[in-house]
Amino acid sequence: MPAHAADLNTLTRTWSGAHGTEPWGDLDLRLTDTCLRDGSHHKRHQFTATEVHDIVEALDASGVPVIEVTHGDGLGGSSFNYGFSRTPEQELIKIAAETAKRAKIAFLMLPGLGTKDDIRAAQDNGGQICRVATHCTEADVSIQHFGLARELGLETVGFLMMSHTQPPEVLAKQARIMVDAGCQCVYVVDSAGALVMEQTADRVSALVAEIGHEATVGFHGHENLGLGVANTVIAARAGATQIDGSVRRFGAGAGNTPLEAFVGVCDKLGWKTGIDFLTIVDASEDVVRPAMPEECQLDRMTLMMGYAGVYSSFLKHAGNAAERYGVSGAKILLEAGRRKLIGGQEDQLIDIALMLRAEADKVASNS
Amino acid sequence: MSTKQKLTAAIVGPGNIGTDLLYKLLRSAENGGSIEPRWMIGVDPASEGLRLAADQGLEASHEGVDWLLKQDVLPDLIFEATSAYVHREYAPRYEEAGIRAIDLTPAAVGPAVIPPVNGEEHVGAWNVNMITCGGQATIPMVAAVSRAAQGFGGVSYAEIVASVSSMSAGPGTRANIDEFTRTTSAGVMSIGGAERGKAIIILNPAEPPMIMRDTIYCAVSPDADRDAIIASVFAMEKAVQEYVPGYRLLQEPQIDEPSAATQGQTKVSIFVEVEGAGDFLPPYAGNLDIMTAAATQVGQNIARSLLGGN
Repeated sequence: MPAHAADLNTLTRTWSGAHGTEPWGDLDLRLTDTCLRDGSHHKRHQFTATEVHDIVEALDASGVPVIEVTHGDGLGGSSFNYGFSRTPEQELIKIAAETAKRAKIAFLMLPGLGTKDDIRAAQDNGGQICRVATHCTEADVSIQHFGLARELGLETVGFLMMSHTQPPEVLAKQARIMVDAGCQCVYVVDSAGALVMEQTADRVSALVAEIGHEATVGFHGHENLGLGVANTVIAARAGATQIDGSVRRFGAGAGNTPLEAFVGVCDKLGWKTGIDFLTIVDASEDVVRPAMPEECQLDRMTLMMGYAGVYSSFLKHAGNAAERYGVSGAKILLEAGRRKLIGGQEDQLIDIALMLRAEADKVASNS
Repeated sequence: MSTKQKLTAAIVGPGNIGTDLLYKLLRSAENGGSIEPRWMIGVDPASEGLRLAADQGLEASHEGVDWLLKQDVLPDLIFEATSAYVHREYAPRYEEAGIRAIDLTPAAVGPAVIPPVNGEEHVGAWNVNMITCGGQATIPMVAAVSRAAQGFGGVSYAEIVASVSSMSAGPGTRANIDEFTRTTSAGVMSIGGAERGKAIIILNPAEPPMIMRDTIYCAVSPDADRDAIIASVFAMEKAVQEYVPGYRLLQEPQIDEPSAATQGQTKVSIFVEVEGAGDFLPPYAGNLDIMTAAATQVGQNIARSLLGGN
């Protein structure tokens, strides 16, 4: 029997149902904007203090309850491999925390890159939510970081990156490891923008079944196949109560789920987000867009990422390597997918470009 | 001791690393090396590593280091392949008993050793540490660039990225991943010679398992001699190949001109792959192989120094 539209719009799980109200009222879904973290990739990590101040001020005024601020690759990400930050991320976290009146400031860290010392510094600078990301089969590298974060009194979130690569039951077991370590909400993270509708729902449902009575479940979508909002709606119906998006899609690859569009959709479905649609649309147009180097595009390169299941933040690095060595960026991304590279292996894109260059030179010398 | 031809050794910890090390020490003994592996020590009677060691004629005991230290004849060398926690506890007792320790855990009790860089420096120490697999694979290259750029201020910053197969990263590495980054970046500076260092580790679950890959980025002065740097990197590849035959450059070192993205420095990028010898661990686990191969090399250096000194 197909469900009636009205049934679909009744959420079985809500944020306030499990956590009480936020300072500004009941929320069905608690939204996190990540344009100052995931957008850092698109911005090549060149945010200025003023841009961060202005964006936090505008998002906070629209009612966004959580704003994530960090180098795109998380604490300690400023490097040759991922790109050096123009402004130290800890300084940006501090500015964000001083600017926000209601919103909580979240930060991201990846074990193997960031360390416990970085988490302590982020808390000292006003960060309140510690989000720890691992590849979706490697959750056990996060145990010591969740332990520390809880000890420090931080709210915790776990990210299972590249969730499209594993079936629901594997993800659920990995979510269990994070929750046992002290994680309070585990996200299904579609880092490659490769999940298609029911694949999202099945993964969220599996996590709800495994950890739902102890923790919440979240969803983080990307636009590489144009499905960010659709995947997020179906994730909420499956029981995800924390949702990521970026205003104006400002994020890696073709960008994240556009937060303001999702807020509008929630209004139409009667789901309370605490965010004022008109205010956030103005913020998108007047504050966020001017800080973007260009719109996030659904083009040949980003489509390739969704299609081949490639980590979204490889985009700019593949573009750099393609230009440096005169080879096709799309081919670099396809090869990255074939090699099953995961988040963090940006260095291997240069190796791939050199391989493609050598192949092209060989063909040229034979002809 | 004057008539002694070889030093005796005990391997403590019959897991993957300890067992792989056993095969390397046996082969090195066959090829005229100066170490005779005589004991394998564990704590689990069902350990496969203990059984394999017994098959090879070693005395294998599951009664731990306490048993070993009660024997009438003690080893000259102990290779520690347990955990940092265990090694910190036992290291003082080895020294009291007059046994030299080669530590394959990240305990860092003694000075760190990278065979082709400072392999001879600490042959007199009671305890030497092998840093981490990522350190063994990358610090030689940082040192190679440092040497070549020495007249131009050396390496102002080095960053290494180690990608290993998930299958080859044991529970110790996973539970203490912060220690990996900290110990490795410390070695990039203290032995590699970089002014500042950073280490990144990635565990990749791809099937079939990926062979260990490492990328080394070094920032040097725009005036540094590029040909000298490239020659130094190729020479270091050969030096490491002497004890890890599967260590190879994947590409010629890449030189990027100074730009905003390189913070005004010339960027040298070096790509290597480490394929293991397949002694006990599969060839993809080059990260573990380079640890056991380096430990064998350091053990031989110590043995030659002690035996030759008599």
